[in-house]
Amino acid sequence: MGALEIVLRAAAALAMLLVLPLLVGQTEHKVMAHMQGRLGPMYAGGYHGWAQLVADGVKFVQKEDIIPAAADRRVFKLAPALAMIPYLLALAAIPLHPGYAAIDAPASLVFVLAATSVGVLGTLMAGWASANKYALLGAMRSAAQLLSYELPMVLAVASVALAAGTLSLGEIVEAWSPWWLLWQLPGAVVFLTAAVAELQRPPFDMPVADSEIVFGPYTEYTGLRFALFLLSEYAGIVMFSLLFAVLYLGGWRGPLADWLGWAWTLGKGFLVALLLIWLRVSWPRLREDQLQRLAWLWLVPIALVQLAITAVAVVS
Amino acid sequence: MIPGLVKGLATTARTLTRRTHVQEYPDHRPELPPRSRGVIALLEENCTSCMLCARECPDWCIYIDAHKETIPATTPGGRERQRNVLDRFAIDFSLCMYCGICIEVCPFDALFWSPQFEYAETDIRDLLHEKQRLGGWMESVPPPPAPDPGAPPVAEVMAQRAPVRGAPRVGLAAGGRAGSERTAPERQGVRRPPSGSAAPPAPAASPKPPAQATEGEE
Repeated sequence: MGALEIVLRAAAALAMLLVLPLLVGQTEHKVMAHMQGRLGPMYAGGYHGWAQLVADGVKFVQKEDIIPAAADRRVFKLAPALAMIPYLLALAAIPLHPGYAAIDAPASLVFVLAATSVGVLGTLMAGWASANKYALLGAMRSAAQLLSYELPMVLAVASVALAAGTLSLGEIVEAWSPWWLLWQLPGAVVFLTAAVAELQRPPFDMPVADSEIVFGPYTEYTGLRFALFLLSEYAGIVMFSLLFAVLYLGGWRGPLADWLGWAWTLGKGFLVALLLIWLRVSWPRLREDQLQRLAWLWLVPIALVQLAITAVAVVS
Repeated sequence: MIPGLVKGLATTARTLTRRTHVQEYPDHRPELPPRSRGVIALLEENCTSCMLCARECPDWCIYIDAHKETIPATTPGGRERQRNVLDRFAIDFSLCMYCGICIEVCPFDALFWSPQFEYAETDIRDLLHEKQRLGGWMESVPPPPAPDPGAPPVAEVMAQRAPVRGAPRVGLAAGGRAGSERTAPERQGVRRPPSGSAAPPAPAASPKPPAQATEGEE
């Protein structure tokens, strides 16, 4: 692999990180608005507000970069990068087309899961360094939430890896068959729930519950750093949607996969992202203890049962 | 719990498929309901500077300055009369809370609601509308809406229609009745001759001339 190819792959991954979250964000603006009987952005860019997020980005850049006097400056500045880079790395490892992923790792599944788990550190650092009680509470909630939901997610993913007999995402897609839609259904539900919780999206958005703790760990952030946190949230949606599509919906599998594989992956991922938006619009926020109950009393047992079912089917 | 979650999803999905009812304001003018309260208009000719509106205003946002002018007697040896001349009438719309009490209390129908609402300013001091500007709003005051179907007629109209008991109608009653300032013929028609000597002026009569009674602010 030459240096040029490395640069190209890195640039492609970065472009994906910068473009796809904006697409999801705009979709969320419009879909959420119409689900609530509104129109959403209509003026920016002229046609149905397509440039709203660009305008938002310009606005964020212009804002003053405020760091609270009592904040731990270095950690405070580092946190947004640490929140976003893991999602960039994970996004790079997801195969979009037969044989095409920005990072070709043999155990890319483990790599993706490990990278996304680092993301919580950024949130924790942001909450701790802000020297703000709301930020700290939010960071603690977020840490507790991510620890609880990491387990069912890993168990659900382990079931898929067991069924495919490999830890490589590309080979998992090769091993996928439509029969998995039923066979891995409980695991898929657990994975999706855990993904929503890891993303801290409604109905699992207690870490940023605006009616209780302002905006959780991001309370003290303004301008570009705040925009980076938002971008990382939407990059996370893209990442988990694509991962769900790859693991449970067969990735690039579909008619004309040799030419249109990337479109199949992105399309399936987009549908999952739409589902995430739909859940956000429809459901109210859970309470902190309800969240923990759901994780430990329902998701972990279901994931374990799924693992057992998969193991029995694979062995027999 | 599960049916509730599904119901929530179904509700939002159904709303997604329907057209929204949003009216995009600057492009689409709102259709305001009758009796909309946008701004208060002043009909300066009707104002007598009685100050009732300024005194009733809950947040004291009406400013009135007036002076008295003496009108010389029209006939030799007659009495000179005084009348109020309005110098300043201003409403501070940064204080006004649009309760409409000033319009209700105005005995001479000098204040009206106008549905015009586009007078936002970039400087709060520009929200103090002086006499000229308040008078300018009169153009946008709509004619009073017709009464609701089945509603009883306005009190003034009822009083006009009431049959006069006793005396013949116009101009034939005793002209020199004590205390009658007004000399309009309609007003004299509604006296009640046989009701004793100290009878006050007829209570059923409207205090307003009938031309104003029909353009009430309701």
